[in-house]
Amino acid sequence: MMKSDPGLYDPWPWRGRPRITWPGNAQLALWVAPNIEFYELDPPKNPQRAAWLHPYPAVPGYSIRDWGNRVGHMRQMTLLDKYGIRGSISLSTAVIDHHPEIIAMCRERCWEFFTHGIYNTRYTYGMDEAQERAMIAESMDAIERAVGQRPAGYLAPALSHSEVTIDLFAELGGLYTCDLFHDDQPTPVKLRSAQRFVSVPYSLELNDTIVYVVNKIEPRRYGRMIMDAFDRLYAEGATSGTVMCIPTHNYQVSCPHRLKAFEEALEYVTGHSGVWVTTGREIAEHYLAHHYDIAQAAIAATQSGAEG
Amino acid sequence: MTLPADHLHYPRRRYGMDHDRYAWSMLSDRPPLRWPGDKPLALWINVSLEHFPLNPDGTPVKLPGGMTMPYPDLRHFTLRDYGNRVGAWRVLEALERAGLRASWAVNACLTERHPLILRAALARGDELLGHSWSMDTPHAGGLAVDAESALIERSLGTLRAFSGQPVRGWLSPGKLQSPATPELLHRHGVQWFCDWVNDELPYRFHTAGGDLWSLPLSTEIEDRFVIVDNLHAEGEWADQVIDAFDFLRREGREARAGRLLALSIHPWVIGQPHRIKHLETVLARVKRQDEVWNAHPSEIIDMVQAQT
Repeated sequence: MMKSDPGLYDPWPWRGRPRITWPGNAQLALWVAPNIEFYELDPPKNPQRAAWLHPYPAVPGYSIRDWGNRVGHMRQMTLLDKYGIRGSISLSTAVIDHHPEIIAMCRERCWEFFTHGIYNTRYTYGMDEAQERAMIAESMDAIERAVGQRPAGYLAPALSHSEVTIDLFAELGGLYTCDLFHDDQPTPVKLRSAQRFVSVPYSLELNDTIVYVVNKIEPRRYGRMIMDAFDRLYAEGATSGTVMCIPTHNYQVSCPHRLKAFEEALEYVTGHSGVWVTTGREIAEHYLAHHYDIAQAAIAATQSGAEG
Repeated sequence: MTLPADHLHYPRRRYGMDHDRYAWSMLSDRPPLRWPGDKPLALWINVSLEHFPLNPDGTPVKLPGGMTMPYPDLRHFTLRDYGNRVGAWRVLEALERAGLRASWAVNACLTERHPLILRAALARGDELLGHSWSMDTPHAGGLAVDAESALIERSLGTLRAFSGQPVRGWLSPGKLQSPATPELLHRHGVQWFCDWVNDELPYRFHTAGGDLWSLPLSTEIEDRFVIVDNLHAEGEWADQVIDAFDFLRREGREARAGRLLALSIHPWVIGQPHRIKHLETVLARVKRQDEVWNAHPSEIIDMVQAQT
């Protein structure tokens, strides 16, 4: 029986919330989340979603994604280095085996690794709970083995979810999810357990694949969108801290015809004072330590107010 | 629901690729390539001359640009044929005015239908590439090996007889391949193809009969993809190509390693009267002799082969 509402968070108006403060009195927490992914040339066929548009071998789809790892990654990393940004990597954990060179470069830079499943061609659809738990656990273990730290965040592979995806990740030791797009601030997530767990904003609207592939937006317009989003979140952050996430893919934003516009946008957003350039984990940990309980109380008061 | 067990098995998770066609290699890890005169950027312009039959078979897949209306789809047939009758001559003149060399990927049936434009391209010394028989002969999974072999033989034989050129290079319609395409191309005397867009420089591609070179022809900045698929304005296409040109030229200069701008154009797209000036803008910008080696693709392959 399908639910009409995922039940993962309560309604909570943007106006009138308790103030969020960020380290250094920053107005805005900025994080960049490069997706570093592996797409299989010949994955098992998921009953609900095809991995590729074309019959095997799906050369167009596969080869541009491989370009991202062979060529694009280095270009994006060079740019993030230039602007002092540590990436928060949404990682297909099979990349640890396939392309350890990329993992090593990101470790050197103290980037955060969070899990994005094992392959981006393996969808959650159709998995039973034990299968999904095993897949998530295997991906978390792989990151822990490779980088020495258990991942704190999860973005489900190819944004494929079940009703229990977030519960399973939390129960396996996760702290935050990137799968919910309901807010511009972190929010508590309601789970089947009483675990403290948060949603960290990960903007689908600014995700380069959504921008370039789904919405077919021009590179320079994408650059302007990032700057416009920044201006608004930065201004609103003077009242209560906001989060801006730029989710990227090394096969999209790193293309030579798109880097100039992206660089201009990064230069703009990092050129302001009062910006906490950080990672998903640091946002989640700060929120859990300083704001989660206050938010829970405020949400409860809002709910009882709405009911009364 | 439960997925079959193979959905949680990962037999190709290993170092490198999940197939045996080529070695994993990051562009930034390779010894630098040098172009003649130590110029930082090679410029390869490819013009695709395409024929879309009025009565497509459409198997095993339909390629973009073909007939979409009930038979007889005069609208799309004639609009595509316009490219070969009119648009291609505008493109040729733009190349002549800019003094730039190009390759022409030619559906072999056009040697009968539009021989004069091909003679004009040959007269200026341009290189012809195999491009199958028509845009209704896709090389995709589902095509029988014998039929594909005959198709390649007929296409190359026709083009070789017509041009007197060896026709060393190949572009598959829609950049699709069947599992057998690389072996069959190798068997029929092709030395390199440009279907896989996973790199920006040539690399070795393994077939059962011996290696081919893969010379990627970027899809991301081709006129058809940007203007027809993404619906970007013509001027935006020109901006994107120029941004890519500037980026690659600078990277090549700073890394002291040759880079390649592979520009793919289609006369039925860019040869329209409202678009051709944007091609002229691009060509005027990229023809800078001091930093650009304007090469035929087989010359690029020869240059790479001599250095590896």
